[in-house]
Amino acid sequence: MPGLSRFAVRVSLVYLGLGLTLGALILANLGVPFAPLIWTLLPAHIEFMFFGWMTQFALGIAFWILPRFPGSHPRGDERWSQASFALLNGGVLIFAGAALLGADGLTLLGRSLEATALAAFVIGNWRRVYSLRAG
Amino acid sequence: MPRITRWFVKTGIVMLAIALAIGVYQQVPGAWQAGVFPVYLHVLVFGWLTQFVFGIAIWMLPKWSSALPRGREWVNWGIYASLNAGLVLRMVFEPLHDAQLVAWSGTMLVISATLQWLAGISFAWQAWTRVKGR
Repeated sequence: MPGLSRFAVRVSLVYLGLGLTLGALILANLGVPFAPLIWTLLPAHIEFMFFGWMTQFALGIAFWILPRFPGSHPRGDERWSQASFALLNGGVLIFAGAALLGADGLTLLGRSLEATALAAFVIGNWRRVYSLRAG
Repeated sequence: MPRITRWFVKTGIVMLAIALAIGVYQQVPGAWQAGVFPVYLHVLVFGWLTQFVFGIAIWMLPKWSSALPRGREWVNWGIYASLNAGLVLRMVFEPLHDAQLVAWSGTMLVISATLQWLAGISFAWQAWTRVKGR
């Protein structure tokens, strides 16, 4: 597993832990109310689970297992993928933080960074989606 | 494909079928909706997607060791049991709690939250030790 995949998968596991902790607090509070403000954690819970955990885990594994190119750059120009994971994590943290603090202007920035992250990943890896048999 | 992965994947597919059935139910005019939408969402995302990902990851991640390629098997089975027990408790008791039909439904939701949390944390902990280069 290449270093960038190890980074992405490990960060995604951290988000899984954080997202599930927030979700468990929200569900427990629904069952036995102990902190009314806990509902404000819902946007961060959703963001951590969908983008921090699931999307990042899938992209990290994809970077590892998609077909490689012959030669010295088997995964193409890796800077696109590096930028993708940096943008994705920046976007997730900014969106979740902004939603928690009620800073609505920053949620737009967070979502824009996430969209840009996907574009960077696509640019860096699109050509790796090919049939090995076709040559 | 190891046995534990087959259980995760097949149970995930059953959860997808349940989620789709709940989705159909929600569109029935006059159907009781209290607490049903959050259950639908979590059966879909946690019961299907996350469970499927967990199962495939237990199979595909780099080996933990030659003796225990998928880590401690009892932990994997514990994750499976905890995830599904927690989710089934939620499926049963969240609508009942929303409708205030059962006095102890709140306690069951706390137990459900704890079981689902335990499943995810255990997976993250075990998967972390398998994320490595060759």
